[in-house]
Amino acid sequence: MKYTEEHEWLRVEGDEVVVGITAHAAEQLGDVVFIELPDEGATVSKDDEVVVIESVKAASDILAPLDGEITEVNEALVDEPGKVNEDPEGDAWFFKMKIEDLSALDDMMDEAAYKKYIG
Amino acid sequence: MSDLKRTPLYDLHVALGAKMVPFAGYEMPVQYSLGVMKEHLHCREAAGLFDVSHMGQVILRSENPDVAKAALERLIPQDVLGLGEGRQRYGFFTNAAGGIEDDLMFANRGDHLFVVVNAACKEADVARMREDLEPEVTVKLLENRALLALQGPKAEAVLAEHHPMVSEMRFMDVATVPIAGAECWVSRSGYTGEDGYEISVPVAAAADLARALLEHDDVEAIGLGARDSLRLEAGLCLYGHDIDDTTSPVEAGLTWGIQKARRSSGAREGGFPGADRILSELAKGVSRQRVGLKPDGRAPMREGTALFATEAATDPVGTVTSGGFGPSVNGPVAMGYVETAHSQVGTALFGEVRGKRLPVTVASLPFVAAGFKR
Repeated sequence: MKYTEEHEWLRVEGDEVVVGITAHAAEQLGDVVFIELPDEGATVSKDDEVVVIESVKAASDILAPLDGEITEVNEALVDEPGKVNEDPEGDAWFFKMKIEDLSALDDMMDEAAYKKYIG
Repeated sequence: MSDLKRTPLYDLHVALGAKMVPFAGYEMPVQYSLGVMKEHLHCREAAGLFDVSHMGQVILRSENPDVAKAALERLIPQDVLGLGEGRQRYGFFTNAAGGIEDDLMFANRGDHLFVVVNAACKEADVARMREDLEPEVTVKLLENRALLALQGPKAEAVLAEHHPMVSEMRFMDVATVPIAGAECWVSRSGYTGEDGYEISVPVAAAADLARALLEHDDVEAIGLGARDSLRLEAGLCLYGHDIDDTTSPVEAGLTWGIQKARRSSGAREGGFPGADRILSELAKGVSRQRVGLKPDGRAPMREGTALFATEAATDPVGTVTSGGFGPSVNGPVAMGYVETAHSQVGTALFGEVRGKRLPVTVASLPFVAAGFKR
């Protein structure tokens, strides 16, 4: 797993990357009540706002971690946004994306670095 | 958070795992380990305990109690003289322009009036009362009492274990009840839409009382997050959001809180700040009104969301003043002000969320039926 400073996790599956938010982020957000996912097939650039996530407290955006194409979104979250609190680093992934150059992940934090980052 | 005040229950909140946030000058629990959603649902299903000690508790006293009652009527459009002993009423301080300076609860406790005001307004409220009511009435802000609220369908059964007298109380009754060895001033009221009690307790006994109530299996501690979603579903106004110094009580839909005695042709017509505007609006109506708003989709419409009559209209017809997710409704709920022409229940409107016009329907309040024991 790799992690961004925006509290996303990235897991490589073949030539795709699966993206979700960390347990720490889910905990900070509180109960998630609404999720808006990007369109499958959309081309996105790093730091584009691709997912809207609203908790009982506030609305926040999830940014695209890298340039690429959205290949699949986790529609189940739209009906059951609470899954993000139940299993943020497993079933509650947000989207999969295809990226040109997987080596871009090399610069990202690993688990140990992320743990240090969140203190 | 060093300049923030703490309530007598601060240590208990921390021990219960609360997440503390600044609110109205106090460090208050926004949620405990259950989280907002479960706390909200627990309160609707069983009973929730809230620390509302940040609110202002004020005693108004005069040698002849009627003097204090008549004096308070100079500041609020409520019938104070007609309120029976052992009864409480909802009210609001108005200003010369007919807006609302704060909302409050006031109780006739025999030889004095007991007034509870919002934390953020309490200094201004006390100053207002001192300026207008003294010296014929003494105005005392109590620093030696905490305030707890026990809310939910199981509240009566829980509190009756401490004193059976609370079961005899009806909605908006007040009484002095010895609970856990302390002299408590109890009212059957609250701000969640549920049956329940508000308990004023001496500071020295507050934490013990809270712990004793929390020992009951049916009681969970509830934070400000769930307090907000509970009152929103109940259609109750939050001062500074749904009502403020520019909104009149008529626009806010609070005319039920202005008794006959203070209205045109009443026994003590007018005589409160802004009476001209308020009595005129009661007779002629208003151009904007507070309404319930039910977003058709799942996206919450939060405070500040602009409301439009159509998907393409350029000028808004209203604004959301409170909005979020209603756990009991299991969907988004909101309230706000709209032009009267668009205020009928069932009117289809659009709220602009992140640049998109999303459908929302004017809905009747409350979103969840009240559980009061009348």
